[in-house]
Formats: sequence, C-alpha cells, structure tokens
Amino acid sequence: MSLNLTHLQQLEAESIHIIREVVAEFGNPVMLYSIGKDSAVMLHLARKAFYPAPPPFPLLHVDTTWKFREMIQFRDRMAAECGLDLIVHVNEEGVRQGVSPFTHGSSLYTDVMKTEGLKQALNRYKFDAAFGGARRDEEKSRAKERIFSFRSANHRWDPKLQRPELWNLYNTRIKPGESIRVFPISNWTELDVWQYIHLENIPIVPLYYAAVRPVVERDGMLIMVDDNRLELKPGETVQYKSVRFRTLGCYPLTAAVESEAATLPEIIQEMLLTRTSERQGRLIDHDSAGSMEKKKQEGYF
Amino acid sequence: MAHQSELIEQDILAYLKSHEEKSLLRFITCGSVDDGKSTLIGRLLWDSKMVFEDQLASLEADSKKVGTQGGAIDYALLLDGLQAEREQGITIDVAYRYFSTDRRKFIVADTPGHEQYTRNMITGASTAQVAVILVDARKGLLTQTRRHSFLVSLVGIRHIVLAVNKMDLIDFDRQKFEAIRQEYEQFAANLGFGDITAIPLSALGGDNMIEPSANTPWYQGPTLMNYLETVRIEGEDREKPFRMPVQWVNRPHLDFRGFCGTVASGVIRPGDELLVASSGRSSRVARIVTMDGDLPEAVAGQSVTLTLTDEIDISRGDMLSAPDSPPIHARHPEAHLVWMHDTPLQPGQIYLVKTATTVTPGRITSVQYAVDVNTLEQKQVPTLGLNEIGVARLELDRPISFDPYRQNRQTGSFILIDRFTNATVAAGMILAAAPLEPQTEGYRPEPSGPENGFPRRISLSEASVSGAGVSVVDLTGETGIFEFDVSASFLEYLGKGNRILFRLRDLEQLPAVAAMAHEQALSFEFDRTAYGVSILLFKRSTRSGSESPDDGGTGI
Repeated sequence: MSLNLTHLQQLEAESIHIIREVVAEFGNPVMLYSIGKDSAVMLHLARKAFYPAPPPFPLLHVDTTWKFREMIQFRDRMAAECGLDLIVHVNEEGVRQGVSPFTHGSSLYTDVMKTEGLKQALNRYKFDAAFGGARRDEEKSRAKERIFSFRSANHRWDPKLQRPELWNLYNTRIKPGESIRVFPISNWTELDVWQYIHLENIPIVPLYYAAVRPVVERDGMLIMVDDNRLELKPGETVQYKSVRFRTLGCYPLTAAVESEAATLPEIIQEMLLTRTSERQGRLIDHDSAGSMEKKKQEGYF
Repeated sequence: MAHQSELIEQDILAYLKSHEEKSLLRFITCGSVDDGKSTLIGRLLWDSKMVFEDQLASLEADSKKVGTQGGAIDYALLLDGLQAEREQGITIDVAYRYFSTDRRKFIVADTPGHEQYTRNMITGASTAQVAVILVDARKGLLTQTRRHSFLVSLVGIRHIVLAVNKMDLIDFDRQKFEAIRQEYEQFAANLGFGDITAIPLSALGGDNMIEPSANTPWYQGPTLMNYLETVRIEGEDREKPFRMPVQWVNRPHLDFRGFCGTVASGVIRPGDELLVASSGRSSRVARIVTMDGDLPEAVAGQSVTLTLTDEIDISRGDMLSAPDSPPIHARHPEAHLVWMHDTPLQPGQIYLVKTATTVTPGRITSVQYAVDVNTLEQKQVPTLGLNEIGVARLELDRPISFDPYRQNRQTGSFILIDRFTNATVAAGMILAAAPLEPQTEGYRPEPSGPENGFPRRISLSEASVSGAGVSVVDLTGETGIFEFDVSASFLEYLGKGNRILFRLRDLEQLPAVAAMAHEQALSFEFDRTAYGVSILLFKRSTRSGSESPDDGGTGI
C-alpha cells in the first residue's frame, strides 16, 4: 500500500484541479499576478497543472507605479523564465491625475490605482476568468468566499449571487460581460504556503528575506525608502535597519518588520513564533471591521 | 500561534520535516447557534493557538461591543464573517475555517443549523469526511438532530461524532449522557454510518475538547481533538476500482498527448490497462507525467497527466476506468436531488447536468417521491422546492459515465444548472441507472413481483439506449418477472454494429434476455464482474462472420 497523501499533496492536487477546470471551461482566462508569495505558489501550481506545456494563459499585473523596485524586477524575470505572456496595466487616468498614496490617502489611491486599474484591464482584454491568490484564512470576510466567485458585468461581488459549491463540481457558466474570479489556493493557510515554498524551492521576491534597508518610522510603522518619491516629514530620518516584509504591496503602504530572518526556515520560524497576523502590515485593512467586505463588493480583490 | 514552540525555536528544520508528513481532514459541524457550535469551533481554533494577538485584540473589543457573553470573550465572534450577518446575529452561509495540530491540518465547514438552510449543510458536507453533530445536553435529541444526521448520511459521511455539549449545565451527569447516546445509536442504526463516537463536552469550559476533563472521570473515550487527530479516513477511496474523469487533454506538440485529471478512486501504474467507458476502447498507461518527474503510481486524490500506449480518441468528458469494473454508461440516472433554489424544480424543463466528467443537457422526467427531512417519511409530490429532497429520474441528451454515489462520491455526484439564469439549482447523488420507462403509467420502483400475476413489460427502443459504443440497459432494479417489447429502432441500432450491455440483478433474469435474443436472432456474451452479472448483446455480422471482433463470443 502506498504512502498516504500529505496535506500539502492534497492541497496541491485540489489547486491543480481548479486551474485545469478553468482552462477547460473558459474562453479567455488570465492569472492575476501580484508578485507576492501567494502568487508565486499559484504560478508554480499552474506550471505543474500543464507540464510539459506552459500554462495556456497570460499573467496580468495591475501596476500602481508604487510597487517596490525589486518586485518589478522579479516579475519580469519570472514571466520570462516561465515562458508566459505578461500584461502590465497601469491606470493612466490615475497617473494623469497625479493620484498617489501621499496626496490622496490610501483609500482613494487603492480604489483608483488598484481596483479601477483592475477593472480597466479586465474590460480591455475581455477576460472571462481571472485567477487570484487570495486565501480564506487571510481575513474573516474571506472565510465564506467561493473558490469560483461570481462577478457581475460591472465587476461587483454580491453575496446573494454566489453559487453553492459542492464536491469539486464548479459552476462556470456566465453571460457575456460577467466574469468569475477563481481562487485556487483558497484552502491554503499562510503556513501551508511557506511550507510549500520551502519544499518546492519556489523563488520569491528577496524583500521577504531580512536585509539592511533604509526605512523611516511613520505612524508606528517602518516604511522603506524605495525611491526618492518618499518625502520625509519634519522629524523623520532615514535609518538603516535589518528588516523584511511579511506581505508585499505598494511600498508606501507596506510596513516592514525588524528581523534577522535571512533564510526560508528562519522566515517560517519567525512566522510561527510571531504573535500578529500577516495582514497587520497592510495599512488598508485597518479602517473598520467590515472594510475588506466593502472593498470586495466594489471589486477589489 | 505557538504550537510546539520549543521545537520551532530549537530546530526549525526538524519541525518542518515533521510537518511535511501531516495529513488533511475535512469535517463539518452541524448544530444551531444555541447548541454552542460557534463556541466549539472558536475554541478549537483558540486551543490550537491559531488566534493571533491582533485578532485577539479585536476579539476582545468585539466581545464588549456585540458579544453575547456579558463582555467576556465570545469565541463565536472569531467566526462570523460578513458584516450583515454579524449584525443579525446569525450565520447565513457556509464558512471554512482552518487549524492544524502536530498531526493533522483541519478544514472545518461551518454551517448554520436553521431549518431553511439544508442547502448550506449539504454544500458543507459534500467535501467532508467526518461530521460533528452537536446536541445540547439539556435538550437531548431534537428534530434538527435527526435532520442533520439524515443529511450527513445522504451525503455519504461515514464517521460521526455526537458532541453532547453543555454537560456543565447538567452537572456532567453520566446517566443523561448515556441516555442521549443510546437514543441516538438506535435512531441512527439505519443511516448507514461506519462509526459513531459520542463525547461529553463543554465547549465553553473546554471539557473534553483537547484534554480529558476532570469533570467526567467516568468517560474513557477520546477528547474531541484526540478523535479528530486519529480517526482513520485514509485509503478509503483507493481501494475502489480505478476512475479518472478526463479534465483536459494536454497536447503541446504532436509527440505528446497527455490526459489530465484527478484520480477519483483506485490506483494506477504504468502498464495498467484502462477502459474508456463511452467507447468501450481500451489501452495501457505508458507514463504518469508530472513536473517533478514520472511517477511509479498515482492514487485517489492526485492530479496527474497520463499518456497511453495507443492513439485512441479520448476527450474531456470521458472517464478512464479499470477494465474489469467499468462505470455505468447510461442516459437515465435515478438520483437523490437536493433542491437549492427559490424557483422549484420544473419537470420536463431542460437543465444542464454537470458531473465529474461532463456537462450534458437533460430533464427530470419524474419525481418519484420526496423525503421529509424531519420524519424521514416519503411522500408523493409533483415537484421539489427550496431545501426539499427527493428521488427523481433524469433523461439526458446523451449517455454519461457514472457510479452509484454510495460507491463513489466523486463519480456519483452532479449539480443541476439553470440554462437561463446559470444558477446552481440542485445537487444530485446518483442511486443507479433508472429502470427503463415502462409501457404502463403509474409505475413505481416497488417490486412488481409475480404476486400480481403479470410480467412487467419493458420497452426497448433506440432512444432508450442509444449512445456511442456500449449502451446500457440496467435491470438491477427489477425484482419481478418481465418481458421485453422490442422496437424496430432497437434492432436497427444493433444492426449498425452497436452493442448493448444488459446489467442483471441475478441469474434468474438471464432466461428473459436469452429468450429475447433467441427471438430476435441476436448474439450475446455473458460476463461476471465486481458489479454483478451482465450480458453484452450484439448482432452478428451477416456479411462475413470472420471480420467481426466479437466472433469469439458464445452466442447461442
């Protein structure tokens, strides 16, 4: 009798099944690639699903123009290595208006550059299915999210329109203009993701590893000075500290944590011993209990 | 989140190694708000250290603001996901929770217990291997306990925990616990569960949740966590005959043709023979291809890519199976339906039937009966409404490959989709291929035995069996004497070289089929498989017998 499947083998098989189902049933799928560790795992699973062929869909990155420079370098390298088309979309209207996290506040900035940018890209290329790397354990409002999450023609998420999901039978039927967001790693936890990256040697952005980086302390958070657009407020000074990031996003909105964890096992060790959840470092979640739910209804991931 | 913190601090690599071997258990909790279900799950998350400090801070704030425990920590608040329902104070959908111990990772489907939410329970239970059924120790078994148990059994869960909660409120009274346990075992005797484990609990106080409780020295069984960590669920699917629905054909270049899918049951190795149920064609496995290298074998639950030794036509929708025990391939499944939509079932209307293999248009020809989920009584109904459950017969546009749900949850299940709204309107669990439509009206599947004096007449026509390759007439549901009415189209169908498989309940049905074959100058082959006895009926070629591949048959 063969060995039993481990939890990671079972999660991997489920994710591959989901990814293949999308390719079999949709005409024009895309993978939303956010460059973070969850995207890294999702991309790796997609490569496994179609080996020896490359995944038969492009990657889409909605670039807010405020991502860490190392993220952009990593993105371009991964797309080339995997033999995938990479679509980079920027909300040019937002750029023209000069929307930035400093001048317009994190909420409006995220809405314009991320949510609106995503909708623009989905509309322009007429994607009918979009893979996302969200997990149900990330945040309470995601615990009830479907794996195949239905979106109306204007990209809105309505809890009443979500379909029951039974067994591994997914209802992929949509009308023209409607779309489905698909979350192949819904059932993975943060620990599962890290363990899998470790086991499979999946490349991740170096920002996850501790290194001495220039940071300023602002509102109790450590913000990295990634380029010269970060203007120092009175009293702020650039300090050099050994820091790393538990989650990656736009650099002015992503807090670093002080850390010496420079290898993957050390990162996992730190994560297991830490006392705060990973989304703590994301400024946009802090508004109110229902803030993520509201953002999701508006089309944010 | 500091489980095993010493090992994590001292030897992270050893910790990671030990956690690579963890297994995965999916379970469902059934009960109402009053049973303390959310408290129970919140407590499991809490005690397995899956709550972070920032979550704890917001939990403390929320407990004071909207909690139901007078300002003390309200574990239930860890669970409520959506703002709207948090304000209403009830959960209205299925939520999935995650926690892990040193031995297993757990996925909990958290479903509400309110009567109108049968739909959610079926959804949550469809992927679960274990059900935790909550009972309030003060109240004992309620109607909803029976309802939950029936639904759990319908969905094929075999391992049951009867969680007798709030034992603290009856002073941990052993007699009362035993009475509840015995009453439940009697009630559940006919539900087909594999095992039932009753545990006296106080979720709020933590009694018998993780550690054995000092309040129940008379209880020698496992704690809830102990049970969840050790219940054996592995390997159940791989002992069944091999099944792999083909999901995607991978053809990057002319020299590679791989069939991708998730192994639904059984084990497969290179060299093994495979049968395509829809065409009756067979081949052998050449390679099991993965990005990590070829595998020596693949087992139920793995997503793989198979290459075969022969170029045979296989596409998405086909089911690959073990040659000696193929799935049923038929157009008329009979199934349990759970109706999930506000708009009731419309008999005769076309729905899309999505199974593990394919999406096929089909209609419901009749609702045989509905089951009252509270009393388990059967009643005659014209249709099914939201949250109603019944047995119905389907007629599909073309035959599909499937197994009875009791034998295989993956290949015996389907969903019904409304063609116009695209809503998922029902969940289906196949019982068997339906007996063929009778000549007389008002036929019921009850035995039409010899006591009524007349043999039942079964009509055979092309429409009732047609499909590519082997079509099936299933007689396993027939319990009495029958005769066949053979139509011209049926003979024409066989004349084109098609073969028809008759599945028999037992040998007593053989003479009727043989007599029909004799009258119509047909040939047949007799076979005995894991599923019983069957007869393959065909028309021997009159032009040149030696060209027929079936020539080795023992036609009489």
